[in-house]
Amino acid sequence: MRIAVLVKQVPAVDNVKIDENTGTMVREGVEAELNPLDLHAVEAAVKIKESMPEGYVEITAITMGPPQAKASAAYAVSMGCDRGVLVSDKKFGGSDTLATSRTLAKAIEKLGPFDIILAGERATDGETGQVGPASAEFLNIPALTYVSSIDELNDEYIEVTRSIEGGHEKLRAPLPAMVIPVKEMNIPRLCTLGGKLRAKKTEIPLLNADDLDLDENSTGLKGSATWVINVTYPQMTRQGRKITSSGRLEETLNTILNFLDEKNCLGESK
Amino acid sequence: MNVNKNEVWTLAEVRNKDIHPVSRELLAWGRELADSMGAPLASVLIGCGISSKAEELFPYGADKVYVIDDPSLEYFLCDSQVNILEDLVNRFSPSILIASATTQGRTVMPMLSARISCGLTADCTELSIDPGSGKLIQTRPAIGGNVMADIKTRGRDPQMCTVRPKSKRPLCPDISRKGELINVSPSANLPASALTYLGFTPETSIGLPIQEAEIIISGGKGMKNSKNFAKLEELARLLGGTVGASRMAVDLGWAPYSAQVGLSGKSVTPRIYLAFGISGAVQHIAGMSGAETIIAVNHDPEAPIFRVADLSIQGDALEILDGLIDSLKKRQQ
Ligand SMILES: Cc1cc2nc3c(=O)[nH]c(=O)nc-3n(C[C@H](O)[C@H](O)[C@H](O)COP(=O)(O)OP(=O)(O)OC[C@H]3O[C@@H](n4cnc5c(N)ncnc54)[C@H](O)[C@@H]3O)c2cc1C
Ligand SMILES: Nc1ncnc2c1ncn2[C@@H]1O[C@H](COP(=O)(O)O)[C@@H](O)[C@H]1O
Repeated sequence: MRIAVLVKQVPAVDNVKIDENTGTMVREGVEAELNPLDLHAVEAAVKIKESMPEGYVEITAITMGPPQAKASAAYAVSMGCDRGVLVSDKKFGGSDTLATSRTLAKAIEKLGPFDIILAGERATDGETGQVGPASAEFLNIPALTYVSSIDELNDEYIEVTRSIEGGHEKLRAPLPAMVIPVKEMNIPRLCTLGGKLRAKKTEIPLLNADDLDLDENSTGLKGSATWVINVTYPQMTRQGRKITSSGRLEETLNTILNFLDEKNCLGESK
Repeated sequence: MNVNKNEVWTLAEVRNKDIHPVSRELLAWGRELADSMGAPLASVLIGCGISSKAEELFPYGADKVYVIDDPSLEYFLCDSQVNILEDLVNRFSPSILIASATTQGRTVMPMLSARISCGLTADCTELSIDPGSGKLIQTRPAIGGNVMADIKTRGRDPQMCTVRPKSKRPLCPDISRKGELINVSPSANLPASALTYLGFTPETSIGLPIQEAEIIISGGKGMKNSKNFAKLEELARLLGGTVGASRMAVDLGWAPYSAQVGLSGKSVTPRIYLAFGISGAVQHIAGMSGAETIIAVNHDPEAPIFRVADLSIQGDALEILDGLIDSLKKRQQ
């Protein structure tokens, strides 16, 4: 059984900057990490591998980004993936989710066939959650989104539970399928020293636009269908009322209740 | 039937064989755009036994409803949804397609965008028509809400986006409003879904999912333990709200992940957000700064949550929570 995991390198969330002229993210000089939600996808892959006979499952972590994104593929290897691949080319720069998905799907086809492809629910930088399902569509396979558990898996099909509004849904999909876990599916392992050493020794091969037969009109900025025309910095602070409750609980409670009342939130409890 | 290539479409959401109220919010979004374009507004309604309910959409602003009613569409299965939407888009060429950023919308829209090679903008909080080009301008928060980006789509139509649930109120229903109901049978040979539906278990927790709640009572590490945290449920019950949580509270096991508000949880836009013992880390604020009104209780006067609060209460979260529960109980008697 062959599994691919899509992992993205993202700027560590606290220090993201935007270039005011281009509206794109400034990545230079910013600390990077593996997208936290992708850790759950990697963990899911490694758990599947561990549940099967030794040597039965092979996991490939695929990341697309600038050369330094290699570190994310390596991190996935240190968690237990067998291989890591970097998809990188200047021509890929400025890809939106459509172009990214098209490119990743090409890479998956090139490296495949795979039985299961895992992706994160969403990246903390783009926050779209579109690349997983869109890649599935480019591969012409079903997407199982918001998966909270894998209930059954064999060579033919996978059964999952999805965490959706108001409850949990169970679905069966034939393989190959895209599986996109939510955070509640598992707790990602920390990588061990042994894992780190193995990652160091594992070569991360590169795939570029030529390797993937992608022309510049279908990838990168030119292959993107959305573009940012303007960026503004919203004023997040509000000029609110401040009160101190110490010793005047009754008064504080009345203030809150009156406030809720003004906002028509006391409905029938009036 | 004349095909008007200018149409604004919304993807009505069907859950448990009913039209879900987010579908009305979508019509409010669409109505504004359609009016400024001078174009008709249509909803697409896909389901089984759903055509009898299509009329429900006219009072909320739809000029037309395209209904695809078929026994094979009893459950939301992403692949057959994509097949049908592709078919409809090819036949009717709408100019704009808006869906809700729910688990359905967030699954089917990216798949459709790939299928028909159209741009898609996620999670918009504002939409407008550029008076010059007549094109859709889609505004969405990025980078944890620190930035608002205006986005345009190029290439073939429709211009596609998802919008956050609860970020617009439905129009006041006008029951005298009528529209055109168009039953569309899917083109022949659309493949059946590869997926098998195996069942649904409703969540037993009280209240609506947090993304749909009007009132959210949220707690953080400052609630100290799970027993205290559980009291938030009581206040939620009294106010008709839903319990939310910071990541700390979720990590400590006091609340399920489905209740987590923030960057790696859910983005919420309730009318009232009450935060008890939450510090207000940027990742938390990213998920709740869109609330209409924010009340925060924290004993630290410097807590960053106070910067986004409309009413900041410096005090003990538990004392105030207990006090509110008592007062509300008395009022209800
Ligand atoms: C990649 C990433 C993603 C993240 N995503 C999220 C996310 O989605 N959602 C999220 O919430 N966080 C997220 N975080 C974590 C975030 O940075 C904070 O750690 C978290 O929000 C803190 O939770 P808290 O406010 O409950 O806890 P704390 O920061 O520990 O705050 C507790 C607060 O309670 C107050 N307090 C204590 N006792 C009392 C009392 N008796 N009465 C009143 N007040 C009291 C304290 O003054 C303090 O302000 C993320 C972090 C990272 C790195
Ligand atoms: N550049 C990329 N390289 C590899 N995987 C990616 C990339 N972009 C997105 N993904 C995958 O798609 C998921 C959703 O990303 P996004 O649509 O950007 O929110 C991520 O969690 C990753 O699993």
